[in-house]
Formats: sequence, C-alpha cells, structure tokens
Amino acid sequence: MRTTRYGALAMAAAAALTLSACGGGGETEGGGEGGGAEAGGETIRVGIKFDQPGLGFDEGGSYSGFDVDVAKYVAGELGYTEEQIEFVESPSANRENMLANEQVDMIFATYSITDTRKETVDFAGPYFIAGQDLLVAADSDISGPDDLNGRNLCSVTGSTSAQRVKDEFAEDVNLIEQPGYAECVSLMGSGQIDAVTTDDIILAGLAAQESNQGQFKVVGNPFSEERYGVGLTKGSELCSDINAAIEKMIEEGAWEEALANNLEGVDYEPNAELNPPTPDDCA
Amino acid sequence: MDGFLSLFEQYDVAGAFWINIQLTFWAAIWSLLLGTLLALFRISPIASLQWFGASYVNIFRNTPLTIIIAFGVLALFGQLFVSLSEDFDLNFFRLAVLGLSLYHAAFVCEAIRSGVNTVPLGQAEAARAIGLSFLPAARLVILPQAFRGAIAPLGNVLIALTKNSTVAAAGSVAESAGLMKTMIEFRSDMVIPIFFTFAMGFVIIVIPIGLLTTWASKKLAVAR
Repeated sequence: MRTTRYGALAMAAAAALTLSACGGGGETEGGGEGGGAEAGGETIRVGIKFDQPGLGFDEGGSYSGFDVDVAKYVAGELGYTEEQIEFVESPSANRENMLANEQVDMIFATYSITDTRKETVDFAGPYFIAGQDLLVAADSDISGPDDLNGRNLCSVTGSTSAQRVKDEFAEDVNLIEQPGYAECVSLMGSGQIDAVTTDDIILAGLAAQESNQGQFKVVGNPFSEERYGVGLTKGSELCSDINAAIEKMIEEGAWEEALANNLEGVDYEPNAELNPPTPDDCA
Repeated sequence: MDGFLSLFEQYDVAGAFWINIQLTFWAAIWSLLLGTLLALFRISPIASLQWFGASYVNIFRNTPLTIIIAFGVLALFGQLFVSLSEDFDLNFFRLAVLGLSLYHAAFVCEAIRSGVNTVPLGQAEAARAIGLSFLPAARLVILPQAFRGAIAPLGNVLIALTKNSTVAAAGSVAESAGLMKTMIEFRSDMVIPIFFTFAMGFVIIVIPIGLLTTWASKKLAVAR
C-alpha cells in the first residue's frame, strides 16, 4: 500500500511539472495575428539575443541594444506600445524552431538572411548590413585577416567565421573556439589570443561594454556581407508592414540614433556603402 | 533524402565522432589510474589519505563538468599560461582529457569502492593473518576481486564519460557537439535530421559498451 501511495505522489508531481512547462507560452497565443494598428490589449512576442551587448542584452529584466531598439520601433509602428512587447530569448540554434512553433512573432537577433534559412522562415528587412571583421587589442598592429598567420584567433563554437579566415586569408592561424564571445574577450584580455572574429557590429558591441572600454578596437576592414533581417514565421503577413516601419525609421533618423546610442565610445562606423540598407521586396 | 546525405559530404561527421572516441579513450585510462589510487587512499588505514580521497571525491563529483573544462581553458591556458603541448590544437585536446579525467576519477573511485564492498571482510582478515601488510593485501587479495565486482558500475562510468566528452566543445576541441552546432547554424532546413544523426551516433557507440560490460560483469563475477 505504502509503495502505491508514493508512486501516485510521484506521478502527480511529474504531471504537475509537465503541465506548468506547457503553460508558460500559452497565454499570449495569437498575439501577432492582430497586426495592424488596432492591436488592443494583445502583446507581441519578439525574439532577441540576451547575451550580446550592444545588440540584444538582458540587463536584469530590461533589455538594451540596437536589435532591441529597432524591434521597439517596428512594434510601435505595428501598433503595440512598449508594455505590449514581450521579449523572449532566441539563441542562434533555436531561431528557426521558435518561428516554426509560433513561440515568437518576430525575431531581431543578428539573424542573417540566407537562402537555406529562407526555406524554413520568412524574412523582412534587412535593417542592417554587417560584415565579418576582427576585434583586436587597442595597441595591436593587426590591420586585416591577412596579418593573422601564426597568431591566435577566437570565435564561438558553431560559427564558421574563424574557419573562413583560415581557409581564405591566413593558413597558419591558430583557431580557438569558445562557448561565447565573453570568454574570447577574457582570453584576449590576458594576451593569450590576438584577435576575435565575427560580425563587426557584434564586435563593436563587445568593445563598447563598460568593462572593456578603451581596451579593444574593431579593425574596420570587413570581409563579408551579413544582411540582418527580421525573422518571421513562414507565410506571415507582417513582412510589408515591417519593411515600411524600417524605411520610416531610417528616414526619420531614429535608426542612426539607435546605432550611435548603443555603440557609444567605440571607434566604429558601419560599412557606409551598404548602410543604411533598403529592405528587400516581400515574397 | 538527397539533402540528408549531402550533410555527410559537407561535414565530417565521422571525424567528429572519432575525436569523441579519442577523448573517451584517454580520459578512461587516466581516470581509471587516478580513480584506483583514490580508492586505495579511501580504504587505506591512514587517516590523512582517507581524508584526501574523500575530499577529492566530494569536490570533483559535485563540480559541474562544464566548469572544470572551462577552467582548463580560461584559467590554466588563459591566465596561468599552462601549455601541455607545443601544438596549439593538441594543447586543448590534452586540457580536455585532463578535465574529463579529473572529473571521472571521482566516479571511478566510488565504483571501485563499491567493488571493495563486495569482498567479504574475512578475505582481508585472512590476508592479514598470513602476514600481508596493507599494500600487498590490497594488490593481491582485495583489488583483483573488487575490480571483478565493479565492472558493471565502471561500465556505467565509461558510458557517462563517452557522452560527457561532448562537453569538450567548451574547451575548444572540435568534436561532435561543436559540429552539430555548426550544422544547425548553416543547415537550418535540416535541424531534426541533424539532431537525430548525432543522437544515433552516440547510441551506436554506447550500446556495445553496455553490452560488453554486462557480459563481462557476469562472466568475471567472483562466484561465492
């Protein structure tokens, strides 16, 4: 008898946990479908990065960064107030799934538009064009990827940006992969690595962090083109409204202001030939 | 289906798993050596050694492996400039083996101790009675029987080690978990097949280990 009772108790506990896990996302169901100006009391769920200073960063409940500012502006144009925006963390590997499962309505998370991704998700934008670049110590003599032979280069696990440098520019570069850019920057602080590589705006965000202020510089010699788009569920109707909002943001100067605010104190200019970009036509 | 097969042309999946097997192999050897030594400490009659063995097990068993591996790169390599090899990549491989060995030695120690508990007390008393001191008694009487009784739990540790070798991705070793991240990043149209491939890869590696240790533990069990 005793064992049965404990068994039932365990089952009940397990069931309760499962149920509560499902409950979290359900309340805001259908938030995006409202669209338009008369969104009323609905919320819109926006996927951002929580760990990228200058782009999408969780500062203990409030969020800052360029992606966040663009998301707020676009959501405003779609008829949502700031209180109606619900920011959700969307790590790189989960972005397509979160859109496919409608856990978020749109994603602003350094999300490059690629043909492979277009097969599973829709994109609005681009709202920014980044390029792969290098972050080096402020007094470093490295001026581009060709100078990296025999040096140590850091990037994050799962990105091929470091491999590209090795394949295309500097055969004898030593590559080190870390779980996050913060680890790379900490290794560079002690001098064990010479450069960190990824998109220039991400590097600028890292350099702009208070604890890194003045220690590092972005080389400013981008060697790829990453078109940051707004990730949408396949077949979403928001695309053209979002593009109109992005165009308006650029026209009004709010785009430039957001960029300047978030990357204050870093010697970094986005690639002027490509920025600000014109959004693509919606499919 | 063609798209799925193209994954294997584009990425060296087998090569990444081979790195995991190498990590597992070296870490298994080092953790077995260290774990046996720790088990000897714990069953020894010397109080300070017992204390050391118990402290080691409690500290390393209760520290997340990710933190141990990250410590290897960020502290040993990053701040203390420790280098285990002239070769840049081999250095990280060895740091990862070091981290995996230190962590799993604690579990090996406890597995062997459970084996020691299967040896009847009379065996130790008999060894003493014929004049063997602690080390010869352990080497000739206790440990041979303890290992045979500990094969199943040691097999469990080996299986855990095989899967834990993916944590080495945090230590800049290009193994399967890192490759999976890369593949998901660039082949977002194939997320589920990619997950399935890596899950199956580990099942294929781990099932023979389980079968082998179950068979060996039956075959080699001390008949009493």
